[in-house]
Amino acid sequence: MTQLEEQILDLLHEDCRIPLEKIAVMTGTTLSEVAEAIEGMEKRRIILRYSPTINWDRTDRERVEAMIEVRVMPQRDKGFDAVASRIYRFDEVKSVYLMSGAYDLLVLVEAPTLKNLAYFVSQKLSTLEMVTGTATSFVLKRYKEDGVIFEETEKDARLVVSP
Amino acid sequence: MNYTDFLNPQVTQVPPSGIRRFFDLASTMKDTISLGVGEPDFVTPYTIRDAAVNAILDGGTQYTANRGLLELRREIALYLSSRFGTEYNPDTEILVTIGASEAIDATMRVLICPGDEVLIPDPSYVSYSPSVRFAYGVPVPVVTREENGFRLMPEDVEKAITPRTKLILLPYPNNPTGGIMEKEDLLKIADIVRRHDLMVISDEIYAELTYGGKTHVSFASLPGMWERTMTINGFSKAFAMTGWRVGYVCGPAEIISEINKIHQYGILCASRMSQEAAVAALKEGREKNYADVRHMRDSYDRRRRLLVEGFRNMGLSCFEPLGAFYVFPSIRVSGLDSEMFCQRLLMEQHIATVPGTAFGVSGEGFIRCSYATALEKLSKALQGMERFLWSLPEHAEEH
Repeated sequence: MTQLEEQILDLLHEDCRIPLEKIAVMTGTTLSEVAEAIEGMEKRRIILRYSPTINWDRTDRERVEAMIEVRVMPQRDKGFDAVASRIYRFDEVKSVYLMSGAYDLLVLVEAPTLKNLAYFVSQKLSTLEMVTGTATSFVLKRYKEDGVIFEETEKDARLVVSP
Repeated sequence: MNYTDFLNPQVTQVPPSGIRRFFDLASTMKDTISLGVGEPDFVTPYTIRDAAVNAILDGGTQYTANRGLLELRREIALYLSSRFGTEYNPDTEILVTIGASEAIDATMRVLICPGDEVLIPDPSYVSYSPSVRFAYGVPVPVVTREENGFRLMPEDVEKAITPRTKLILLPYPNNPTGGIMEKEDLLKIADIVRRHDLMVISDEIYAELTYGGKTHVSFASLPGMWERTMTINGFSKAFAMTGWRVGYVCGPAEIISEINKIHQYGILCASRMSQEAAVAALKEGREKNYADVRHMRDSYDRRRRLLVEGFRNMGLSCFEPLGAFYVFPSIRVSGLDSEMFCQRLLMEQHIATVPGTAFGVSGEGFIRCSYATALEKLSKALQGMERFLWSLPEHAEEH
C-alpha cells in the first residue's frame, strides 16, 4: 500500500461519490495518478464496491435482519472455508464471519418478512449436513454501522466567528 | 454617571477585537457557511471525554496544586521531550494555565516593565498586542509579507530593535497566515536574540499542525535558546479541546515561579476536570502514538490543498500555508479592502470569513479562511466566493 492509496481509501470510504479531480487536489497528485491507483486497488480486490450507507428503517421497505450463530463441523483439508462458502452463496446471507469462541460462524441474514427468514433458517441453513446447531437473534434496531451513527445529526456547536 | 475618570486608560485605549463585529453580523444571519472559526471542527476524541466524565464520577472535584496536577505536568514533560526535543522539569519548569491565553497574559505581566517594547509579527493572533498593553508594555509590530511566506525576517527584526526592546513574540505556526518558521529561519532569530540579550515568548499552540513534510521546530530546542524562551502550548488545537481551557507555559524555574504568583493569586488553578481530560489526552496519545492527532492533521491537510487550489483557480494570489488551519488569500484583485470584502461576502453569499486587518494593519488586502470546516461546506464556500468575485465590477472588466 502506498501513502496515496491509503489516503484515497480514507476519502472514498467517507464519500464514494467524491470526484477524482478533488481527490487529486487534496492529495497533491494528478488525476491520472489517482485513477491509476484506484484501478490498481480494484484489480487487487482492495476496493470491492462503491456503496452508500443506507438507513433502511427510514424507507418503506419491509425487512427483517438476524444474526445467526452457527456451529459447524469443519471438513478435512478445507477447514471452515468449504462450509462458509456453502452458506455465503445464499442471497439471504449478507455477511459471514469465522469467529473465535463458543460458535464457529456468525451469519448475518436479511429477508423481506419473518416468515421468509424462518423458512431460510429452518429449511436451508439448519439442514446443511455440516451444520450442527444454530442460535438466531433478531436485529431490533440499528444504531451505528461502519462508523456512521444513524439517528444523530451532527451539530456544529462552534461560534460562527472566533479568533 | 461619567465613568471616564474611573476607568484605566491603559485598558480603554485598547480597541475591542475586530472579530467581534463580524461575529455579531454573522450571528444575525441564517444558513451561513463559516470559514471564520478559529477552532477545530472535530469534537474532542470520545476517549478523552469519557475519561473526564469518569474523573468527575470518581470524585475528582477539588482544587489542584497551583501549578497543575503533577501527573499532568509529568505527561506534558514527556510529551514535549518526545515530540519536540525540549526538556522541562515537571516540578519547577511547567505551569498549567487556563488555556494558552492565560499563559500569554501572565508571562507578559511577569516579563514586561512599563515601557518595555515587545516585537510582534504582524499579522498575528488578536490577543498579543492587547496583552502587552495591559502589562504597560509597548507592542511593536514587525511586518511579515506574503512573498516571504509570512515568516519573521531577521532584517525586519533588527530594524525594529531599540534599547527598550525586551521580548520577541514568536507565534508559529501562525494564526491567521498559516506561515511557519523552519529551523534555519529560527536560527537567524536566535542569533539576534543572543546579540541583543532578549527573551522570546514562543506560542506553539499549533505545533502539531504542520504540513508538506515539515515538522515543527520548538524555539527552545535551538542551541542556547532554552534559557531565553518561554514556551507556550495547550490542548485546544492538537487535541480539539478548545472549550476545556487547558494550556501551559514552560521555561526556567525562576520565571515560572513568578508566573505562578500571578496564577495562584488570580486563578488558583485550572479546572481539575479539564486537567484530568488533558492527562487522558496525553496518555492516550502516547499509547496510540498520537493516532488521533495524525488523523486530524491528515484531514486538515486534504482540505488545505482543496482551499488553496480553489482560491488560486478563481484568480486570487494565495501563499501555500504550511501550518495551523488557515488559508490567507490576497483579495486585492477584488478592488475592495478586507473589511468591505468580508462584509459583502457575508451579506451577499452568506459566507463568513475574517478580514486580515483584525490581526494587524499588515493584514490589509487579505482574508483569513479556516479550513477546519466540513468538506462539503468548503466546496460550497468556494463556489459562493467565486460567484461573489464575478459579481464585482473589477472582475467583470477583466474578463
